Amino acid sequence: MARPERHGVAVIDERRSLAARPSRADSIFKTVTFSAGAVTVGIMLCVGLFLSLRAGDALSVAGPSFLFEQQWSPETGVFGIGAILLGTFTIAIIAMVVAVPLALGTALLISEVVGGKLRGLLVSLVDLMAAVPSVVYGLWGLFFLQANVIPVSQWISTYFAWIPIFRVSDASGDVLTEASAFTSSAFIAGIVVGLMVVPTQTSIMREAFSQAPVGEREAALALGSTRWGMIRTVVLPFGRGGVIGGTMLGLGRALGETIAVYMIISPIFTINWQVLKTGTNSVSALIALRYGEASEFGLSALMAAGLVLFIITLIVNFTASSIVARSRSGAESG
Amino acid sequence: MTITDETRRADAADVALFEADEVTPRTNTPSPGDMAIGERRTLRRATLDERFNVIGALAAAIALATLLFGWFTPLTGPVGWVVVAFVSFIGFYSLLVALRSDGQEVRDRIMTVLLVSAGVVLFSALIFVVAYTLVRAKDALPHLNFFTQTMELAGPLDPLSMGGIVHAILGTLIQISIALAITIPLGITTAVFLNEIGGRFARFVRTISDAMTALPSIVAGLFVYAAIVQLITHQRSGFAAAMAITVMMLPIVIRASDVVLRLVPGNLREASYALGTTRWRTVWHVVLPTARSGLVTAVILGTARGIGETSPVLLTSGITAVANLNPFAGPMISLPLQVFDFVKSPEPSMIARGFGTAAVLLLLVVLLFAVARLIGGRGPGHLSDGQRRRVAAASAADLERMANAASAAPGRHAATSTELPAASPPELENLPKEPSQ
Repeated sequence: MARPERHGVAVIDERRSLAARPSRADSIFKTVTFSAGAVTVGIMLCVGLFLSLRAGDALSVAGPSFLFEQQWSPETGVFGIGAILLGTFTIAIIAMVVAVPLALGTALLISEVVGGKLRGLLVSLVDLMAAVPSVVYGLWGLFFLQANVIPVSQWISTYFAWIPIFRVSDASGDVLTEASAFTSSAFIAGIVVGLMVVPTQTSIMREAFSQAPVGEREAALALGSTRWGMIRTVVLPFGRGGVIGGTMLGLGRALGETIAVYMIISPIFTINWQVLKTGTNSVSALIALRYGEASEFGLSALMAAGLVLFIITLIVNFTASSIVARSRSGAESG
Repeated sequence: MTITDETRRADAADVALFEADEVTPRTNTPSPGDMAIGERRTLRRATLDERFNVIGALAAAIALATLLFGWFTPLTGPVGWVVVAFVSFIGFYSLLVALRSDGQEVRDRIMTVLLVSAGVVLFSALIFVVAYTLVRAKDALPHLNFFTQTMELAGPLDPLSMGGIVHAILGTLIQISIALAITIPLGITTAVFLNEIGGRFARFVRTISDAMTALPSIVAGLFVYAAIVQLITHQRSGFAAAMAITVMMLPIVIRASDVVLRLVPGNLREASYALGTTRWRTVWHVVLPTARSGLVTAVILGTARGIGETSPVLLTSGITAVANLNPFAGPMISLPLQVFDFVKSPEPSMIARGFGTAAVLLLLVVLLFAVARLIGGRGPGHLSDGQRRRVAAASAADLERMANAASAAPGRHAATSTELPAASPPELENLPKEPSQ
């Protein structure tokens, strides 16, 4: 289309920029906050880089066998986290088996069944329990649970010994029954860690469930469904992201838990598939156990173990947050 | 129907609306006549039938479990009794419900029972964990010296009337103060950066700080041990422990403050910009005051986490029995580490001290939590009565100041000086309430 011809000698003005120039106070403000962000990133990258660099020494010596070797003696050059990583996962998985049903049930109870003042009380209680120091859980596990759970362990190993992981036997394959074979096991540590992560999981799941749209709930009830029918068809599908995300965040915490595990287990450096039997290990307990006597190279090996643990928890956490963000409940909470 | 009719009717309707108080309501409730009105039914409470089902099933389950354990079979142990009783309770209960209702209803009842029992198991376990610590602490806590002495002169065999944990309390306070002195300004400024400045770098910062929440606390401790203790200070100290706590707390505080700042309504910011303020003044006078209670909660909850963490401190602070007030030299123990150290000993008195220390730590965390709840109960922009009065008083003072300034220079602000004094203060007192509602 032809432009309308301009009359006379009208000068076409330069197009004005619409962006305002910041005042001096504003540019100072921007610089200060920007540098705070930069310092934060600096600190955190520093942690990551330092860990990777120091871990590099040990990893270059050990090579890929670092992930599979069971022994831990950096002084002789034979070290790896095969057994330790397996122990870490065993404890975390037992913790999840204990924690997830409890967290799911309690989250549904709080968001769907109880109401009024009781709900507010229970929500506060769950949040408070998430702040209880892990050393308190460790004390309980060491002085109370240890003694009282052994009969249960014995019972499970007696009647379910045909499942290999519940069998308790010595090196020659003879079945052990005395109580001393059941202390300090991955099972006990898993229960304690499980109880520790339940509050975190419960509060994330409850958050997701309570956002289920009222309209859909009422529609389900109006179609004649019972409360459980409504939960199954509306609340659970809506909160699925919260359930998965909460579970994985709890898993991340369970993998990294140190002090309660360190207080309960008796550390070993061989692969132990029998979860009820004495002796297991975890990466964080290994670090707490060996850092003091470690040489320069031994510390580097511990850094490598810590780095592997960090990478695993990082993957777990990012998967969790992307699942939560993609789910309906996560998208609406912004 | 003619036009005049319609208009007349419309007029009548208008009048009726206008005098709605006088005219009779359009909805008529028919008089019940001599029909008896029954008692209003309560819809929320369980019926007698439902209550009987629960109580009956419970009684039957307890009886069955006791019979099985006492007479018929060689079953033993309280755990087994509870499990058998629970399983048979579910069985009896579904049987009783099925007598009167269909499958859907039975399933609903059973799931409700399962949800309630999950909650009961969880809360009783958690309360038991806490109560166990408090009960075991009753040996150590009544001794006043527990709070006033250090363990310097008390050996493992000394009774509880000697020695205490004042050194650990002081150590915790010093370490958390240093950590907070770094975390609060840095964390909140970073959260402001993420929310108010934005951009690609802010997204990067957010990703990195989210990633760091996954850092296991023992790895944070190992980092500080290798980077600060071994390379710089060459000794364990309270400062190193504070650094480890900082590395752990910083991402938690940033994340929580970020969430709180995101909740500040955008129209408050826009109103501020529309009045011509700069970015910096908007943040300082609008965003931060609005989010204040949430930010305080975020910091306090971060503090509760930081105080209770043992593993980063285990590697960095060192263990001592002496009160050490200098964070830069010599080991400085804190409460969680002191618990850990006490219970390593086989002596009963040391274990009692360990439980006592754990109880003190626990009470400290509960106290912090209660304070956070008290402050952070309201969302951003919701003011308490006292705050509302203060805001009203401040704006009344502003009004007076502006009116005085206007009357002092009548030539420059002719327009405002004629209007402002006309508004009476009581009316304006209501103004600040508006945004909070």
